[in-house]
Amino acid sequence: MRNQLIYVFLILCLFAGSLFVALPIDHPVWLEEGLAPGVDTQRDIRELTLGLDLKGGTQVLLEAEISEDQPLPEDALNSAKIIVEQRVNGLGLAEPTVQLQGERRMIVELPGVKNPDQAIETIRSTGQLEFVDLGGLPVRPDDFINTTNRPDAVAALQEAVAAGEAAPQSIPFPDETFETIMTGDILQAVVATQDEFSFWQIQFDLKGESSGDFFAYTRDNIGEVLAIILDGRVLSTPVINAAINDNGVITGDFSQDEAESLAIQMRYGALPIPLEVVDVRTIGASLGQDSIDRSLQAGIVGGALVLIFMVLLYRLPGLLATVALAIYVTLNLAMYKLMPVTLTLPGIAGFILSIGMAVDANILIFERMKEELRNGRSLRLAVETGFSRAWPAIRDGNLSTLISCAVLYWFGNNFGASVVKGFAITLSVGVLLSMFTAVFVTRTFMRGFLSSQGERLLGSRGLLGY
Amino acid sequence: MYRLVERRKLWFLVSLLGILPGILFIIWNVSSAGTLLPLSIDYTGGTQWEMRFSEPVAPSALGSVFVEEGFTDTKAFNVDDDRTVQVKFKNIDISQKEVIEQAIVEQFGEFDERLYRSIGPAIGAEVSQAALLAVIAASLLILAYIALAFREISHPFRYGVAAIAALVHDVLITVSFLSIMNLILGWELDALFLTATLTVIGFSVNDTIVIFDRIRENLRRHRGEPLAMVANRSIIETAQRSIATQVTALLVLAAILIFGGSTLRIFMATLIVGLVSGTYSSIFTATPLVVAWEEGSFLPKASKAVRAREQTAPA
Repeated sequence: MRNQLIYVFLILCLFAGSLFVALPIDHPVWLEEGLAPGVDTQRDIRELTLGLDLKGGTQVLLEAEISEDQPLPEDALNSAKIIVEQRVNGLGLAEPTVQLQGERRMIVELPGVKNPDQAIETIRSTGQLEFVDLGGLPVRPDDFINTTNRPDAVAALQEAVAAGEAAPQSIPFPDETFETIMTGDILQAVVATQDEFSFWQIQFDLKGESSGDFFAYTRDNIGEVLAIILDGRVLSTPVINAAINDNGVITGDFSQDEAESLAIQMRYGALPIPLEVVDVRTIGASLGQDSIDRSLQAGIVGGALVLIFMVLLYRLPGLLATVALAIYVTLNLAMYKLMPVTLTLPGIAGFILSIGMAVDANILIFERMKEELRNGRSLRLAVETGFSRAWPAIRDGNLSTLISCAVLYWFGNNFGASVVKGFAITLSVGVLLSMFTAVFVTRTFMRGFLSSQGERLLGSRGLLGY
Repeated sequence: MYRLVERRKLWFLVSLLGILPGILFIIWNVSSAGTLLPLSIDYTGGTQWEMRFSEPVAPSALGSVFVEEGFTDTKAFNVDDDRTVQVKFKNIDISQKEVIEQAIVEQFGEFDERLYRSIGPAIGAEVSQAALLAVIAASLLILAYIALAFREISHPFRYGVAAIAALVHDVLITVSFLSIMNLILGWELDALFLTATLTVIGFSVNDTIVIFDRIRENLRRHRGEPLAMVANRSIIETAQRSIATQVTALLVLAAILIFGGSTLRIFMATLIVGLVSGTYSSIFTATPLVVAWEEGSFLPKASKAVRAREQTAPA
């Protein structure tokens, strides 16, 4: 008996913990930091992560515009991804994502984007790299400046920011136009390498025909800063240490990722491969909100109906099962936040199916219990037999569901059927949790109740409904 | 004792009547449109565009804008209310979209873009193939698992095959439903229908396993009884559970069908049909099939020997 009460207590603690995570309130910093991958970052878990079909936004599937039978240049898609990411981050959206899919495709998700058409154009556009003379002014990486080659860069940015189509950037010298020395066309090859002390650096070769001018400029400006600009944004501000004839290096306090990213951007100011839009899907924020409101309303009505039905049919055990079901739903929501699971409409379908299976597990057990009671077993024995006899069916049903989930997830992941993937994730999380709540939690509650109120229950057929 | 599996002629006939409309429709569709079922733009490629205006807009008036721009096979219709129009036509790119958008705004005023989807034809075909492969692979693995889980009783493989047959039955029933709804309301096979089918498969296998599990248990408990009797007994014993589960599931699904948005309507209706079919097939398809296999005859033989044995066996 004591054991049962300890279990009941532990279950209630777990319930309180998951309820705390699931509620849309502020969570302690240690929890949010523990969930984030990097150092000094946090993951906000106030709200569930919703897919674009629920919160509104645009999803674009881009494909390399090179004929099927021709292999892509090595690493071209990875380089394109880095450049697309940069452009997407410039749009000023909350949590945009860029993911590679298979060998030739990339999925870009733009939540809450106001002008999807223009955003897509920005992503696919060709950028231009410039080497710019800063004239001694203190310009830092990520600043925006005008250059003689692109005198309206700042004005265009300000306009886009005002229209809500770009993120605000630092603009230290809005009225200044800096002189462009060379454009990125003079670069022949750019790679990130390590020097003899294992420091990361960027090595570049120049094309023969134009290196004369570059040599003259660098020879006359040793000790000055030569800024590298992409589409008006400062990428790097190295100091010229020596005259550069046909190749040079940029040194600095680079990590490997920084060096590689800078090398890629210098190499392909433009995208390394043309990208074609093969699928674009925009869900208006109002439609997404509609779906959420209505799903919620339907969920509440459906849940209430199940509660009434379970209590009418199974009385006390039914009530205990509904409590277990409430714990189940809370655990699921908490898991979605912790993992995290991005909730989509098919994901909700998977969740509904898992609730169905959780309820079914309880129905199986209770029907078995009633059968045993009708055969004249004692209450205590009937409860235990009900659980043990129903278990193989619950196990086999759930395991075969998990098997199909694994297959669906694998296919969804490899073939870009994100519909199938979202469904498989919520269903498998739900099935795993339901084996815990529908069997263990309900049984513990039943045993706990029996040990404290058992004698009174024995005489009450009404409470058990058989 | 009820004689359920012995009446399988009737049950199979009911199944056949349920499946037949789908089969006929498929034949008709293949000959008229060249595809198995009417496919949505998820699979064929094309554009779907839903706009909500501030004033009511006649779908035909909006559709004529598209026709003027050269998209002659445009379909326009209201969804949810008379201010919201959905348009379907062929796959376009962004510059074409901007031209049409301008024409619409000039004629009908600004609108809220509720949904926009434009997809190239190649993508859809790939995804649907992958999904079909996934369903087949999952079915084979379930077959293997059931054969393994029932290895203690004789012919475990038959139970796996029967469960898969029930699963295929349920998919065919949802196809029939889609066919009929296509003729009435123009429903098409889209990605959500596919998800609904996956869900139905999940329910169906689960339902079948519950009955098979009871057969497995009863075979141990009532040794020497013919399989047909054990099967009948198992169906009856699990009937209460089947009904209770069915009712709870239907309560939830009906709530979503009524209160959920239009995006979920086709999905939920398909689920409800598939769910009812799933329960039917576990009782009236999968179980009779296992018995039929054991008796070596698809339809029941009214042999005297079988009857005689039934009468002497304890009921």
